[in-house]
Amino acid sequence: MNQQIIQEDDIRREEEFNARIAAGKTIEPKDWMPERYRRQLLRMMSQHAHSEVVGMLPEGNWLTRAPSLMRKAVLLAKIQDEAGHGLYIYSGAETLGTDRSEMIDQLLSGKAKYSSIFNYPTLNWADMGAIGWLVDGAAIVNQTVLAKCSYGPYARAMVRICKEENFHNKQGYQIMAVLMRGTKAQQEMAQDAMNRWWWPSLMMFGPPDKDSPNSGDLMRWKVKLQSNDDLRQRFIDRTVPQAEAIGLRIPDDKLKWNPQTRHYEFGEINWEEFNNVIRGNGPCNKLRLKQRRDAHAEGNWVREAAAAYAAKHARA
Amino acid sequence: MNTNDALYTYCVRLADTAVILSQRFCEWCGHGPILEEDIAMSNMGLDLIGQARGFYAYAAALENKGRSEDDIAFHRNEREFTNRCMVEQPNYDFAYTMVRSFLHGAAAYLQYRELTKSGDETVSGLAAKSLKEMTYHVRHSSEWLIRLGDGTDESKVRVQNAVDDLWQFTDELFEMDEVDQMLIRNGIACDLTQLRQEWDQMVDEVFSKAGITKPAPGGFQSKGGMKGMHSEHLGHLLSEMQFLQRAYPDAKW
Amino acid sequence: MSNQHQWPAWEVFTQKTDGEAHEHAGNVHAPDAEMALLNARDVYGRRQEAVNIWVVPSSAITASTPDDVGPFFDPANDKMYRWPNYFKTPDGIKQI
Ligand SMILES: [Fe+2]
Ligand SMILES: [Fe+2]
Repeated sequence: MNQQIIQEDDIRREEEFNARIAAGKTIEPKDWMPERYRRQLLRMMSQHAHSEVVGMLPEGNWLTRAPSLMRKAVLLAKIQDEAGHGLYIYSGAETLGTDRSEMIDQLLSGKAKYSSIFNYPTLNWADMGAIGWLVDGAAIVNQTVLAKCSYGPYARAMVRICKEENFHNKQGYQIMAVLMRGTKAQQEMAQDAMNRWWWPSLMMFGPPDKDSPNSGDLMRWKVKLQSNDDLRQRFIDRTVPQAEAIGLRIPDDKLKWNPQTRHYEFGEINWEEFNNVIRGNGPCNKLRLKQRRDAHAEGNWVREAAAAYAAKHARA
Repeated sequence: MNTNDALYTYCVRLADTAVILSQRFCEWCGHGPILEEDIAMSNMGLDLIGQARGFYAYAAALENKGRSEDDIAFHRNEREFTNRCMVEQPNYDFAYTMVRSFLHGAAAYLQYRELTKSGDETVSGLAAKSLKEMTYHVRHSSEWLIRLGDGTDESKVRVQNAVDDLWQFTDELFEMDEVDQMLIRNGIACDLTQLRQEWDQMVDEVFSKAGITKPAPGGFQSKGGMKGMHSEHLGHLLSEMQFLQRAYPDAKW
Repeated sequence: MSNQHQWPAWEVFTQKTDGEAHEHAGNVHAPDAEMALLNARDVYGRRQEAVNIWVVPSSAITASTPDDVGPFFDPANDKMYRWPNYFKTPDGIKQI
């Protein structure tokens, strides 16, 4: 028809959209939004949801070996929350017009990404402490900011999730604290976990700002409100004193407090490792995908059966 | 054996059954057929850990030797474990898990319902809490049995297989010994044989809705979990569950 | 493939305490109403957030659109007399 009018219309709508964002308004599912905004959000939200679900696996690895009934209950409740988080974010992402099953297909085919932190193995019990304390701690820093993002369903999912995350963080820190007060073997276990999880936790905030390809748009749209480097710094500043309080050493020789900036300075992050893990060459990439694929494939007959039953008994 | 010893044994048996079944639910965590069901199975696992902790803690108090719930749960071997053998059976597939949840759940529901009338206040209190939980487990698993039995050809076969395989552990759900007899006389425990008929009615009702065939009587029936006679599966489950406590006996967690 | 077995979505409304209104909590996927209710209980009642739950097929909800904002809701903004504090109470009267 009249291509020019349509284009002008889009430009006007986009200007309105930008003005709404600038005014701090929330974007809701039925609002007009630029296609790129929708795509970026869908990418971010589905990645986030996948991370919650894949993130159940490394901790699930120790659930049946938890060292006390109390720890078993706490860990089970914690991992269960992560399933809930995945569910909330998938349902937020579905408002952008893509079914959960489609997103899951993208995960299982290897097309969609998830947080690379979950491609590291859990090798001792202290890893449950390190994950809750460091990995959930990093997630909290990220998610607290996301709770104020411009897309309503995402922000609301984050508010609900943040309420649950503090429990995750605290139980993890408590595991570490108890180990550090324990026997020599337990202290070594805790330090070993610290050594393995510290750097990957810092990588969770993504590449340095200078190399972050999507950041510009996302910040302008208030999908992202703070830069990767700022969030990483905030995490380090709040975590280092916690480590010191229980006698854990941070595996970074360059780490030191800068009284001028009132921030910790830290060593070089191994971005080559980060990029490798993202590209699929981490210690557990293959295993995690296999575990998700197996669960999905093995669950197919169950989902099918319930759907068949519902179809038979649907009221006409 | 005095009443105190009998009650100790009785509580440990209930706790053993709950903890072993919770372990089987834990194995599903992260591997369920769909997120919603993953969450549901974790909830049931959590209920059962809670039941186990309650009864172990009471057993430890009755024993009065300074042992904790964890000492009892993590420092006994398979011949000392007294759970019902049904709950130690592997998950095999979702149908097994749901059928077991239903068959055991219905029996536990009835037992806890009776135990709410126990003359021992702690037992009746723990039973009241557990009763609510088992009511939900039975509802959840019955709904699944009905859907699997009346779903697809494949689900029908799977759920029937699970029933046929697990049936050999059903008589044991009602097995009693001198411990039960003593506590029944003292008004603390309940007579399980009197619950069997009601259990059969619950099973018949769900099976008929689901189109599941009840196995004919007379087949092999396993016995003796309460005396430490188990299937080969329990030892493996325990070696996993107890690993850290056994490897670091002087550690606190 | 898996799409044909995607269970439909159900919106979940929870009542936090007896006597309060039901509030939207989120949604679940479920094959039918009974399972939706069970799933909603397991997902949205983990921290004792509910004493009662409604589930409604998501497809059954009709919503106003952003374009409706003006005609739907603005006409109410010149009817301040619907708010009790619009009316001044004569001095000396404590309660009405
Ligand atoms: Fe989470
Ligand atoms: Fe978490």
